[in-house]
Amino acid sequence: MSLEMTYREALAKSIEEEMQKNPEVFIMGEDIGRYQGTFKVTRGFVEKFGSRSANYNYRILDTPITECGFTGIGIGAAMAGLRPIVEFMTMSFSILALDQIINHAAKVHYMTNGEVKCPIVFRGPGGAAKQLSAQHSHSMDGWYAHVPGLKVLCPATVADAYGMMKSAIADDNPVIFYENPGLYTVKGEIPDDINYTVPIGKAQILREGKDISLVGYSRMTQVHLAAAELLAKDGIDCEVVDVRSLLPLDTETIYNSVRKTHRAVVTYEDWRSGGFGAEIVSRIQEDCFDDLDAPVVRVGGLNVPMPYARNLELLCIPSEEDVVAAVHKIR
Amino acid sequence: MGHVRPTDEQFFRTMIRLRHVEKALSDLSASGQLRGSLHLCEGQEACPAGACAALEKEDYLTATYRGHGYVLAKGTSLDKLIAEVLGRSTGLCKGKGGKMHLFDQEFGVLGTNGIVGAGVGTACGAALASKLDGTNRVAMTVFGDGANNQGHLMECWNMAVLYKLPVIFFCENNLYSEMTPLSRSHGNINLSERARGFGLHTESVNGNDPHAVFEVVSKTADRARQGQGPTFIEAMTYRTTGHYQADSGTAYRTKEEVEDWRSRSPILLLKQRIGAIAEEIEAEELAIVQASVTKALSEPTPNPNQAMTEVFA
Repeated sequence: MSLEMTYREALAKSIEEEMQKNPEVFIMGEDIGRYQGTFKVTRGFVEKFGSRSANYNYRILDTPITECGFTGIGIGAAMAGLRPIVEFMTMSFSILALDQIINHAAKVHYMTNGEVKCPIVFRGPGGAAKQLSAQHSHSMDGWYAHVPGLKVLCPATVADAYGMMKSAIADDNPVIFYENPGLYTVKGEIPDDINYTVPIGKAQILREGKDISLVGYSRMTQVHLAAAELLAKDGIDCEVVDVRSLLPLDTETIYNSVRKTHRAVVTYEDWRSGGFGAEIVSRIQEDCFDDLDAPVVRVGGLNVPMPYARNLELLCIPSEEDVVAAVHKIR
Repeated sequence: MGHVRPTDEQFFRTMIRLRHVEKALSDLSASGQLRGSLHLCEGQEACPAGACAALEKEDYLTATYRGHGYVLAKGTSLDKLIAEVLGRSTGLCKGKGGKMHLFDQEFGVLGTNGIVGAGVGTACGAALASKLDGTNRVAMTVFGDGANNQGHLMECWNMAVLYKLPVIFFCENNLYSEMTPLSRSHGNINLSERARGFGLHTESVNGNDPHAVFEVVSKTADRARQGQGPTFIEAMTYRTTGHYQADSGTAYRTKEEVEDWRSRSPILLLKQRIGAIAEEIEAEELAIVQASVTKALSEPTPNPNQAMTEVFA
């Protein structure tokens, strides 16, 4: 049995079920309660977990617009034994909370040699939506994947949004959970099983092919699936590798694909220079050099602050056409 | 809750132990056996002694990089603390935290901190957990006058008032934010007034009187446990050493000023009050601290493979 729903609904269902199962799980963030969240992931939560009339519902905790402050409070609650889910209205705003995420959440387990755990999920829309312009369109995934002690998840499919959220909440580490805003309305199927989980740190092959590996994550995996359709018409058989989890990174699944196809294109929405795709390319060339028939190519966002005008914005975000062009360059 | 207020002798014992710890660490730093920043709290010992005596073992604590006195006064093992500061595998964090990152779950210590003001969020979060779990544990967070200018602190004050968190904001006002006097770093040097602007209940106390500190923390902890929310305590004190080992402490204040405070330091005042027994207690505590240092120095440093462990839970 499976259920059809959107990525957004899958996230909501996953979080709601985990909150019903475990009283230690709660969610906090800006306008997530009475207003139900700007991207409506917490629609209906206030009624399900308390009352609309209560001034404060501590399991659906509306916070002031103070990212550094409420992130610190979430981390403290996690260190004291709860399992908070912190929603950022957009991941771009998590920049205000970097000291708490990097200096505190990510380091406390190591600094205490494992005595203190910090089981917390930081989630929200990350990357470009439509014309949110320079300050609201950051792809922060690669920034976080640089930090030891964080896990960074970037689900691309509806089933993964559902199953990976459950795994993130159950994990004893701080988890960055990246939801590209372009994915919220994507439809797909999830198993009708409230205990369904997707293990953290396992990539997947979403389309098998023999000619070239398209390696990506989050919405870029959807771009790869569309590009693979276009390339099939040219007789090029693409394998689509969905990385799913940047940290920990499942290099084996990526390498096995590259060893089969001998060519790879790596696509990421973040700035091309120094983005996480550059790390994936670097690892492929270090560990699979003898298997490669061509240089591994990066397709990344343009190295500019996100412009506002729609035509300029579209130029900055990798598209199916960009991926097709990159494939033709090495095939 | 009704803790019994410690006697002069008991306070003296806690404070002189801390003084001996600092003297020992200072000597190790001078001789090169201890590297990195060492932030001493000489002159401020009455604050940790008074405040921690008013808390329950399970109450939460976060403090600053100058917070080892609070960790000791909260109940943490002296041996484990010294071993941690000396980077030994027997330390509180097995040598991976260090002087600025002391944690001890058993005594509710959720960390001293290397970032000014950053432990305030941790304490507020622990207080939120206490509220959600209904455990009635209070969280105390210690910070200095300089931290009052950090945005994170003000964000947390606001939320503590909003959510009525059982948290005590314990501000040690030692008149200098690292090397800068309040008059050159604070637009308004009346810290309690600033806190009241956020809707916080405030108390001011002579931070060099352990009895007064005990009373005010007892009162505010009771208040927090009864659901009446957070309190900002401004404890007036003075650091008679530099900010850290590389600071003489006299480039931004006169020798006379420092000597004046030293001549009426809380340890000296207690010593005069309790008389002859002070010498005896002092000698006992010195022996305990020396034994602890000797023991730690003989203990192993972490195994090299420990560098790569415990990154993830």
